[in-house]
Amino acid sequence: MELVKYLKSADLKSWLQELARENRVFAPRNEGDSVIFAPFDPEQEIAIVHPATLPPKKTVFPQSEKLVDFTYSKDPENLSRIMIDGKEVLPEGTAVVFGGRPCDVRGFTMFDRVYLAEKSTDIYYQARRENTTFITLACEKPETTCFCHWVDSGPTDATGSDVLATVVDGGYVLEALSDKGSKLLTSTLLENGESRKDEARKAHEKAAELLQDAPDLSGAPKKVLQVFDTMEFWEEAAAKCLSCGACAYLCPSCYCFNITDETIGMKGTRIRSWDNCMSAQFTMEASGHNPRPTKAHRLRNRVGHKFSYYPDIHDGVISCCGCGRCIKSCPVGTDIREIVLQAIEYEPAVGEEQADEQ
Amino acid sequence: MNNKNLYLPEMATINEVIEETANIMTFRVILNNPDAMENFSFEPGQVGQLSSFGTGEATFVINSPPTRKEYLQFSVMRAGEVTSKLHSLKPGDQVGVRAPLGNYFPYEDMKGKDILFIGGGIGMAPLRTLLLYMLDNRKDYGKITLLYGARSPVDMAFNYEVSSWLERDDLETHLTIDAEFEGWPHTVGLIPNVLLDIAPSPENCVAVTCGPPIMIKFTLQALEKLGFTDEQIVTTLEKRMKCGVGLCGRCNIGTSYVCMDGPVFTYAQLKELPNEL
Ligand SMILES: Cc1cc2nc3c(=O)[nH]c(=O)nc-3n(C[C@H](O)[C@H](O)[C@H](O)COP(=O)(O)OP(=O)(O)OC[C@H]3O[C@@H](n4cnc5c(N)ncnc54)[C@H](O)[C@@H]3O)c2cc1C
Ligand code: SF4
Ligand code: SF4
Ligand code: FES
Repeated sequence: MELVKYLKSADLKSWLQELARENRVFAPRNEGDSVIFAPFDPEQEIAIVHPATLPPKKTVFPQSEKLVDFTYSKDPENLSRIMIDGKEVLPEGTAVVFGGRPCDVRGFTMFDRVYLAEKSTDIYYQARRENTTFITLACEKPETTCFCHWVDSGPTDATGSDVLATVVDGGYVLEALSDKGSKLLTSTLLENGESRKDEARKAHEKAAELLQDAPDLSGAPKKVLQVFDTMEFWEEAAAKCLSCGACAYLCPSCYCFNITDETIGMKGTRIRSWDNCMSAQFTMEASGHNPRPTKAHRLRNRVGHKFSYYPDIHDGVISCCGCGRCIKSCPVGTDIREIVLQAIEYEPAVGEEQADEQ
Repeated sequence: MNNKNLYLPEMATINEVIEETANIMTFRVILNNPDAMENFSFEPGQVGQLSSFGTGEATFVINSPPTRKEYLQFSVMRAGEVTSKLHSLKPGDQVGVRAPLGNYFPYEDMKGKDILFIGGGIGMAPLRTLLLYMLDNRKDYGKITLLYGARSPVDMAFNYEVSSWLERDDLETHLTIDAEFEGWPHTVGLIPNVLLDIAPSPENCVAVTCGPPIMIKFTLQALEKLGFTDEQIVTTLEKRMKCGVGLCGRCNIGTSYVCMDGPVFTYAQLKELPNEL
């Protein structure tokens, strides 16, 4: 059963307001020079002209979240003994995210393969993922940093989304893609969209036409691994890198985290927060040994994970969604596309191959 | 779908604290929930995350063998925040335990073979669990040799049981320290050199080794010289770990996650991985 609706642009805020009665609703809005996802506020403009500076990653994977609350108490039998009780703090409530782009939402499918794996299901992630509905906005035209179509996606890819919204004359065509999505499309503000479907289809075709040819990345997993030991390659790629970690924090598919404790008085919490593999501390071992001692080693891991290790583990899926945020936001212009293409084209200098064998 | 909380530790009580050396302490802990303690099962070589709430978690091998289940034993070398906090704990104090995590020694495949243990410093901890397991199932294994080294006699953990190991006639124990020390009746010399002197036969033998990176490096060279193949050498890694369940992204070597696919690897397996140890 396919459910298609039409929403007039003028009714968007009213509809989100309706949804906000039962859900936490997130929508993109301007904040300074950035566009961020924030709780929907009818007083504020919804900023959907350009993809957001930050993806809606935090709606399912908060920048910092409580895992365990613990309390200390004195053992009544032995007052010098402190007892500790730990309780899990699971996320509650439902959320709707309006206005994420295909790459943003596809990012969660990269998490899914890891965080929802049978052998180690992360119930915090699982709860938010199940309780969040994504109304994804199809892209009209690629930006210069976009390359979603290099990585098996595209400007109208709805993978991971529940509703695909397409801008048409005067409003949006909303196509439900999941049961969760269908349940959202019940408002009386929405009209039947069947007659507008063609318009949406045309918009999708137009977006596809604007894409430039994509290079073949199917060899990337093997090629990126082949240059693993060629440190000059990575040193050059990372030459300007500041190890600031912006690339990882802004990435919709970067999912590394840290766990830390905080205590105040007789209470405390164990917190999970975003971490990033570009930081020197990330893999520092207690002995002082660091398996990734330089920024070149760390950039190698970030590129390697997305274009080689992850696809190796997960049926060839590259875990970069091609959103281009790491390119756009890097203060020194590191371009992950170039690094991958260079790895694919890399030819070892004569004699080097033998040297590597030893 | 598995609905277990990956991050919620079992509460446990420290039953006994043993001061092993100036910077190593052993903790024997018992899970507070009697059912959880009763049903707790693990394999030799698996690790656990010990938490001192308010400070954090750190990874330690469960160094008591699965054949002895009155308590779980962790030996902790002081290295930083969590380990220092753990060192301040006393019997009766509470800790959190997330265990067992990771893979384990291939002790089934080792049946019928001679076993050579080579442990340096705190690296003896993971070997202890396997050694005791094998001693508890002695008839399943051939000749067992232990080479255990520490900087000096006072740096040697598990001193109290080493003497009983020396007395056993079904275990050949060699102890060594780095430099001369008054009253030390055993060998003096670096582990790799002593290993070459003992010169155990690689014939039908598996070598199991753990220790500081520099010791491992030269021990591997010595084993190679003695004729051990990469498949005959088993070691256990100490990568920095956080989640212990394959999610936080901290412990990978290429596609291999030390917390899930390790910490135990054969040298042959390590050579297959990208060079990022
Ligand atoms: C599989 C495995 C098994 C292990 N088994 C044992 C065992 O049986 N016994 C044992 O004693 N140890 C064992 N270890 C090592 C043990 O886990 C570490 O020593 C322990 O995690 C150190 O924790 P800490 O909080 O005390 O140190 P931290 O305070 O976390 O750090 C200690 C040092 O690490 C570096 N460092 C790490 N993170 C940071 C940061 N964020 N900021 C600044 N510096 C940082 C610094 O150099 C610092 O001095 C094992 C490790 C692994 C992975
Ligand atoms: S954003 Fe750029 S400078 Fe910062 S860590 Fe990433 S690659 Fe390096
Ligand atoms: S690696 Fe860069 S381009 Fe790829 S998904 Fe992450 S931020 Fe976007
Ligand atoms: S410790 Fe988190 S992935 Fe291995």
